[in-house]
Amino acid sequence: MARRFMRFNRASVVCSVTMLAVLTAPSFAVDVAPICTPMGGEPLQSTSILSPISPPAREIHSLAALVVGVCAAIFIVVEGALLWAIIRYRRRAGDRGEPVQVFGSNPIELAWTVIPLVIVFVLALATVRTIKDVQRTEPPAGALTVDVIGHQWWWEYRIADEDGGPPVVTANELVVPVGRPVWLRLASADVIHSWWVPALNGKTDLVPGRFSNTWFEAEQPGTFLGQCAEYCGTQHANMLLRVRAVDDAQFESWRTAQAAPARDPASFAAGHSIFLRLACMNCHAIDGSSSGAFGPNLTHLMSRETIAAGMAPLNRDTLRAWLVDPQQLKPGCNMPSLQLTDPELDALVDYLSSLN
Amino acid sequence: MAIAGHAEPLPSSLTLGARVHSWVVSVDHKRLGMMYVGFGLLFFLVAGLEAAAMRAQLARAGSQLIDPTTFNQLFTMHGTTMVFLVGMPILLGMANYLVPLMIGARDMAFPRLNAFGLWLFIFGALLLYYSYIGAQGLYGTSAAPDVGWFAYAPLTSRTYSPGNSTDYWILGIMVSGFGSITTAINLIATILVMRCPGMTLLRMPLFPWMMLVTSVLVLIAVPVLTGAQAMLLLDRSFGAHFFDTEQGGSAVLWQHLFWFFGHPEVYILVLPAFGFLNEIVPVFSRKVVFGYSLMVAATVAIGFISLGVWAHHMFALGLSPEMNSFFAASTFLIAVPTGIKIFTWLGTMIGGRIEFATPMLFATGFLAMFTFGGLTGIMLAVVPFDWQLSDSYFVVAHFHYVLFGGTVFGIFGAIFYWFPKATGRMLSERLGRWFFWILFLGFNLTFLPMHVSGILGMPRRIYTFQPDRGLDLWNLLSTAGVALQAAALLLFLWNVVHSLLRGKPAGNNPWNAWTLEWATSSPPPDWNFDRIPTVGSARPLWDVANPHDPDPSPEAHG
Ligand code: HEC
Ligand SMILES: [Cu+2]
Ligand SMILES: [Cu+2]
Repeated sequence: MARRFMRFNRASVVCSVTMLAVLTAPSFAVDVAPICTPMGGEPLQSTSILSPISPPAREIHSLAALVVGVCAAIFIVVEGALLWAIIRYRRRAGDRGEPVQVFGSNPIELAWTVIPLVIVFVLALATVRTIKDVQRTEPPAGALTVDVIGHQWWWEYRIADEDGGPPVVTANELVVPVGRPVWLRLASADVIHSWWVPALNGKTDLVPGRFSNTWFEAEQPGTFLGQCAEYCGTQHANMLLRVRAVDDAQFESWRTAQAAPARDPASFAAGHSIFLRLACMNCHAIDGSSSGAFGPNLTHLMSRETIAAGMAPLNRDTLRAWLVDPQQLKPGCNMPSLQLTDPELDALVDYLSSLN
Repeated sequence: MAIAGHAEPLPSSLTLGARVHSWVVSVDHKRLGMMYVGFGLLFFLVAGLEAAAMRAQLARAGSQLIDPTTFNQLFTMHGTTMVFLVGMPILLGMANYLVPLMIGARDMAFPRLNAFGLWLFIFGALLLYYSYIGAQGLYGTSAAPDVGWFAYAPLTSRTYSPGNSTDYWILGIMVSGFGSITTAINLIATILVMRCPGMTLLRMPLFPWMMLVTSVLVLIAVPVLTGAQAMLLLDRSFGAHFFDTEQGGSAVLWQHLFWFFGHPEVYILVLPAFGFLNEIVPVFSRKVVFGYSLMVAATVAIGFISLGVWAHHMFALGLSPEMNSFFAASTFLIAVPTGIKIFTWLGTMIGGRIEFATPMLFATGFLAMFTFGGLTGIMLAVVPFDWQLSDSYFVVAHFHYVLFGGTVFGIFGAIFYWFPKATGRMLSERLGRWFFWILFLGFNLTFLPMHVSGILGMPRRIYTFQPDRGLDLWNLLSTAGVALQAAALLLFLWNVVHSLLRGKPAGNNPWNAWTLEWATSSPPPDWNFDRIPTVGSARPLWDVANPHDPDPSPEAHG
């Protein structure tokens, strides 16, 4: 018996270890994605739903604490009873014959119908109350209004101008003032996406042909991360979100800079003309030069920290790598490789890096 | 025993071809049932391999082992396969095998319709997998569907999913769906009219009861999916605009239709497993089920309520607060009958003399894991909490606790329990225990960490994850868990093969069980019973074994 036990023990262990190697080794044997490194600079806020830094996320967090507490209590009671039954009522060596047959008991059955009913009733009340608080149908007072448009696999932001001017248009990175509610109007240009920055609020879908809303209010400065949470095709995994909360003065100067016209292309004529000559201008807008709307607005490209919806830090190297072949960094994305020559690349990178 | 049948020795002179032929043309519910289960297990291996490939890719942040498109095909095929080609056929197949035996009938009500359903299922399954070869034309590169198992519009439109892969998804599921519908009709008819003399509805074993409710749900829910898929097919091929948002179609409509099917589907996948537990737990506790009528009532209640909770899959859509509140309330409500079931099994175990043979190990594992999955389900019903958790790995963890810790554990328990009946041989108990414990460990190692990944902000269906978010360890653990599960499954396969050839002969009733299938020989003869039995209670074989203490008949009991 003991020998047999050992044999199977060993067989199972060998089997499991082999499987483990088969599953994990290949992933460690190949290189990771080319520019897949954590980005340095200021500390990033956690993407955990347990570190809320905005009123709706905070309310959800405290409701969650209640619910998890109730569920944990139920878990302990039920699994405890199960364990007790397993230990106390397992068949013992001396047992003979059948145990007493009990066909049920009205009071007990009533109890385990009514008590759960009461518990879920309480939870339902708490749920409905928090829905009312978190799900606004009107913008909160004094809110900054931002239109968010989901595209296969990047984000477009249009920040409304309170004075009736044209909105500031940017991509992938949203800058907001600390301590002021932000009202997001969500729409999609293609398929369904979902805007989810856990520290700020739960997720809300962006549905084509339909508008939805959400809101948040960053309570402290910092960079808040998230990503698209509804499967939207090939590069769903790299449709990353980045919200930077700054103080009022910084926000206003950011907004002014974004509203300013693009840098005069005169000193980068070579790059500028390539941009206009190639298909770039059909897909990308640069204020004063082109108005393509299929890809991100590049007017103030270099004011952003990342490229390709947060995949890599934005600098001359990554910009160049991107222009050589976007499919290398972000396979399947909607920007084709334009087969540029080295001099063309240099000129384009010079021009684009001047756009800040 | 008066109601026993006897086994015909298989004529060993048959050639292989003749044997295969006899299976292909068979209309015997037992053979059809076994073929369902066999194909289901085969696809379980396929879907398992797909899952393993995904976990290999996700072992590490930024891994480039598998490219995004392939990954997206993997999770689409994994989900679709597990739901439609594993869960449905295995459960309906078990029902096919067991229901006539348990109610003392010679076959299903419509044997040929039964065979038709099986072959529809197989054809649909092959059609889905043929997409790997044929989706872009035989001469192009291959492409399986990559729209996710719930195939949200408008990602499924021609614009965003060119090629034919999505059409294979539609047609494959549609065809196998017709198979499920025929089986449901057959089961309902069988249960309602073919019960043996004396078997009133309230003397019927609980498994057929669960299957009755399941079949009604199949009959209501699956046609809605079939209809929605037909609309999608019209959109894609004939210029209709039901879901085409560019032409005024509605993306939300698809979600309503899909989840009107999708949520009852969850119960279609778990009610039969509840049925397995209702047979296994009492027999191995040696005690009658505690509160038969309440168990039946809870099942019927689940059936009704499950038709009114679907929009809890759509809380992030931005429906109105009133809609959200309604669907939260209905979802909370369904927790009550589900809880009743768990308490009933506990009440059955308490006071019993529990023998932890492999079927009971799996049933107990089911109880422990399903409870956990049910509780995370309550968290997801809390709409604001769901706004954080929905579409994250927390949800992936939740439904694997329900469908793997629940349904799949139930299926394995059932296989260990009824294998002796179907084959005449016992599965090895020793290997069975090893199998259970390794699977149990591997299962928890895989899916417990996924709750954490989700809470840390990891969405589902991403082919790679960011390195700076504290996700690395949890993902590596999940991958390691899959390795354990794979090892366990190898052990199971070995057990099946070995026991089929060398297993201990089972005899009619190896577990001293009480329902009619154990009254006939193992395997049962083609005609099931030499004489159609007559019963006086829900546990006829208990009454025979304990003549001094027979079950009160439910009518007299009240
Ligand atoms: C077919 C349309 C198309 C063309 C042509 C095109 N792009 Fe793009 N471009 C895109 C899309 C779409 C993205 C967003 C990719 C993503 O993140 O998924 C993008 C992204 C970019 C980005 C990164 C923006 C950011 O903030 O992340 C830069 C820079 C860029 N393109 C420059 C160019 C230049 C220069 C050209 C011409 C040589 C060009 N593009 C041609 C569609 C196009
Ligand atoms: Cu997206
Ligand atoms: Cu559901």
